[in-house]
Parts: sequence; structure tokens; C-alpha cells
Amino acid sequence: MMPKVVFAPALQRHVTLPPVKVEGATVRAALDAALDGNQRARHYILDDQSALRKHMLIFVDGVRVADRRLLSDPVGPASEIYVLQSLSGG
Amino acid sequence: MSDRILVATRKGLFTFERKGPAAKPWTITHTDFFGDNVSMVLHDARHGHIHAALDHGHFGVKMHRADEATRVWEELPAPAYPPKPEGLEENDMWGRPLPWSTVRIWALETGGSDEPGTLWCGTIPGGLFKSDDSGATWRIVESLWHHPDRPKWMGGGADLPGLHAIEVDPRNSAIVRVGVSTGGMWQTDDGGASWRVRGKGLRAEYTPPEQAHDPISQDVHALAQCAGEPDRLWIQHHNGIFHSEDGGETWREIEDVGVSTFGFAVKVHPKDGKTAWFVPAIKDEKRVPEGGRFVVTRTQDGGRTFETLSRGLPAEHAYDLVYRHALDIDGTGRRLAMGSTTGGVWVSEDGGESWIEAAGRLPPVYCVRFMAS
Repeated sequence: MMPKVVFAPALQRHVTLPPVKVEGATVRAALDAALDGNQRARHYILDDQSALRKHMLIFVDGVRVADRRLLSDPVGPASEIYVLQSLSGG
Repeated sequence: MSDRILVATRKGLFTFERKGPAAKPWTITHTDFFGDNVSMVLHDARHGHIHAALDHGHFGVKMHRADEATRVWEELPAPAYPPKPEGLEENDMWGRPLPWSTVRIWALETGGSDEPGTLWCGTIPGGLFKSDDSGATWRIVESLWHHPDRPKWMGGGADLPGLHAIEVDPRNSAIVRVGVSTGGMWQTDDGGASWRVRGKGLRAEYTPPEQAHDPISQDVHALAQCAGEPDRLWIQHHNGIFHSEDGGETWREIEDVGVSTFGFAVKVHPKDGKTAWFVPAIKDEKRVPEGGRFVVTRTQDGGRTFETLSRGLPAEHAYDLVYRHALDIDGTGRRLAMGSTTGGVWVSEDGGESWIEAAGRLPPVYCVRFMAS
């Protein structure tokens, strides 16, 4: 079992990011693995300091992540991580 | 004489060309980034490039570049701030951590004619960036970002400080002047290695009286340097219009301008530094044309007298505001173009004496640029 990362449909207009299963015990680790080698996509989700962009959200198993800066929230082997745009920022 | 104009708007980039009938000569020939927020555009005639800065809101600021002939756009890395040092406490005006992250591209200019790959880019929250490879890569200008006075910059035109004006001196490309809202006018004489704030004579009326002449407290809305007479510069400031005849060392406030000293945009004639154009509005809580009458003002004598130019512009119930990058002049000094917050675009082919409406219902206009031939 590995956590699954799913990216919002709105992102797909700019960067193609299909759902992916990756290793990782934290949101940061899973996201780093999912975006490995894709610097361009990374900048659509994370800001210059690698924090979650102001108007982006990440949910882990239905719960919004608390640590937007370090993304240290834990994820389990069966977790589903959703990377979404927030309603603000449009 | 330029026959092409780039217009960056809240919902896309529009290109106008002068190929329509005499009654409506300017027509839209290209629409790029339809629906997206285009905050800045630049034509680099040296390479035939068009650079567009997009602000996707959710997904951040992006830079795109196209060859003007093919219009095939390529996304390039946007200017990015260096890692914020752990433990550094730097807050905005509300006490929240100042983001070391590009929030908006607010200025984009080419380097001098002897620097073919050089671009300069100003951003919110205040970082200046330089590229030596036509935008393929960017690096922050550390000397300005780490200047001990930079943390004194405040929000003005936006919540966070923004570097919105860049003028490369035509006599020496290593001399660059930048305008900051709010942080005054800064100058490097060594290509960006060191910086000093200038602006003797600028006056702020929104500060405690003892700070009125503090050069860092000056809310420069726009800065314009005359290419043919580079010692003549103009500033449209938050509470006034200022003119320098000595390269920005000292500034003279001009108060008798006919309509209003408030506005965002200024452009200077490319050869005659005494001639400049402004788009006035009621200061500063209102920010609409006086009496709903949309006009342009022009001086041809270094600010001693001003004319109010209105032929072809809406005379009633016009609430158009022209932002700081939304007025441009071509290389001849005869053609001007401007776009407004309510989506009007006008072109003058006689130095501002009369105007032709090129569009009436575009999205809010952020930047207007003639494309050099």
C-alpha cells in the first residue's frame, strides 16, 4: 500500500498531473515524490519557499492539512491526498 | 511609427494593429491567454520576443515568451525569491510574515542596446530580478533586496511593497533607476551591484510632517526618463507631479496642472524631455476622472503650463482610470495609446490632441505597449 496523490482538474489545463501512488510518510514526502523532476508543476502548487500556495488546499483522507509551510502532516500507506485550488484566489 | 499595440488585461492579452478602415483604424488581430490575468507584457524588439506575465491566482505567477512571428508561447521559469533564512523575522504592515515569494510581476524592461540578453523585472513584494538570457533564467538583485533600508518599504499601490518602474539610462546601461510603491526612487550606477535612494525635493503629504521629504516615504506611481534628454525625468507621485532636470538628483514639484495632480501614469516624449503626458483623476479616495470627464493632460514646457486634451475621449459619466503601465508612447512621440480600468482603449496619432477609441469593452487594462517595428 502506498499513499495516492490526486491533483485538481483545474491544474490539468496548465500541467498534466495524473493520480499517482508514491512512497511517503508526510504530505511533503509524498508531494516531493509525486512531483519529482517536474519543477514546473511544483511551482503551480508551492510558492518560492516551497510552502503551499496561498490559494491552494491539500486534504489528507478528507482532512485539510494544518501545516501549510512545512507540509509535515502525516500520511498513511492507504491515504488519499487531494491537491485542490481553494475557492479564494480566483 | 508603430502600427502594433499590446494590451494586457485581466482576461487576456490583445494585440491591436493599424489595418482597419479610416473610421476605426485599430483592430484586434490576436487574442492570447484568453480568460487569464495578464499583469504585464513586454515586446523585446532586439529578439522579436513578446514576454507576458500571468497571474493565475491559485497557481501563482508565470512567465511566457513567444516569437512575435509565430505566436507560439513557451512557459519559462518565473522570477523566484531565494530561500528565506530560518529565523529571519520580517513582517508586512499588518505584522504578518512578508512573503519571500513572487506575488506579482509589476515591471518588465529590456536592458540597454549593448546588453542583448538582459531583462529587468520588478515584483511585489519588492524584489528586482535580472535575466541575462532573455528570460530563460532569473536571479534576484541581492544588493537591493538586502539593502538595509529595503525593509522600510511599505505597501502603497498594493498591500505589499512593489517595484513597478525600471528605467535603463540610454547613455550607460549600468545606470538603472527604479520606482517603488512605496519606497521612493533608487539608482544603481554599476549595473546593480550597489544602490542608493534619490529624490531630493519629492514630498509626501500622507506621512507625519517631519517625514514629508524622507526619500523612502515617497510613493512613486510612475517614473519616465526621456531617451533623448536623459537628465529629464518625470514622476507621477501619489500626491503630485515632479520633474527633474539633473538625472533625478533633485525634483521640482509642479502644482498648477489644470485638472488634478493625482494619477498613475506618465509618459515623456522620446526626444523632448519637457513634453510629458498624464491621465489625471480625483485624488485619492475617489480615483475617477473629475466630473466623469475623461481627459489627458500635457505639458510642453517642462511643467510651467499644462493643456487639457479631451477630443475623442468620453466627456460624461466616464469612470476610467489609467493604471501606471497603461499609457504608452511610440518612438516618434506622436502616437500614444492608453487603456483603462473599465476596458477602454484609445490611440492618439497627433501627440494627444485627439484620440480614437480602439475598444470600448475590454476587460480591465493593466498594461499597454507599442511594439517597436
